[in-house]
Amino acid sequence: MKILYFAWIKERLNRSQDDLELPKNINNVNELMAWLESNDEQIKLAFENKELIRVAVDEELVEHDFDITNAKTIAFFPPMTGG
Amino acid sequence: MAKNSPLVRLQAEIFDPAKEYNQFLKQNTGAGGAAICFTGLVRSNPDNPIVKLTLEHYPALAQRQLEKFANIAFERFKLQNISLIHRYGAMAVGEPIVQVMTISAHRQAAFDGANYIMDWLKTDAPFWKIEQSAKGKNWVENKACDENAKHKWKTD
Repeated sequence: MKILYFAWIKERLNRSQDDLELPKNINNVNELMAWLESNDEQIKLAFENKELIRVAVDEELVEHDFDITNAKTIAFFPPMTGG
Repeated sequence: MAKNSPLVRLQAEIFDPAKEYNQFLKQNTGAGGAAICFTGLVRSNPDNPIVKLTLEHYPALAQRQLEKFANIAFERFKLQNISLIHRYGAMAVGEPIVQVMTISAHRQAAFDGANYIMDWLKTDAPFWKIEQSAKGKNWVENKACDENAKHKWKTD
């Protein structure tokens, strides 16, 4: 699965993406975030304030309880500041 | 009469707001009686002057979200036409960042359509601003008022 990072999350992690094989017991965004945090100290820091983290699954904005069992790309980013 | 459909353009290059608006007006099929043009500009800060603004974006999702908001506005406010331009990359103070143009039979729909698109775009289109000043680089934080503005358009 492809994981993308944007804005200050990308900056803190010092990379814009990961290609990861997820364990089978990970079914939604919350579980993925917890798993990423448990494997990476930098992600744990970046995800410290979870309600700030926005998520897109296969180019669609979703909530943290969204099912990701068939997802190909998951993006994590801070609140958007366009316009 | 040919029917127009919303046009969304993402680009790094600067654009000429007046030229874009004139071109948009020329596409009027004759049914449009009220046109609106909103241009968002790079703003400096008097207490900490901005040298450069950079917009990072998520290209595929940005295009998709902008098209979604334009299409919803087009249908909901029964607009004749919409054109939306949003830039990414580096820009200087005073330069245009975003321009939304709407045309409808009467003015309220054109105002509402432009307003709807801007309200949603502020919080739900994947762009992130970095301001560069003499003090260094700073990711712009989202504003609660922007988050609240879009809710006035909820229908349910």
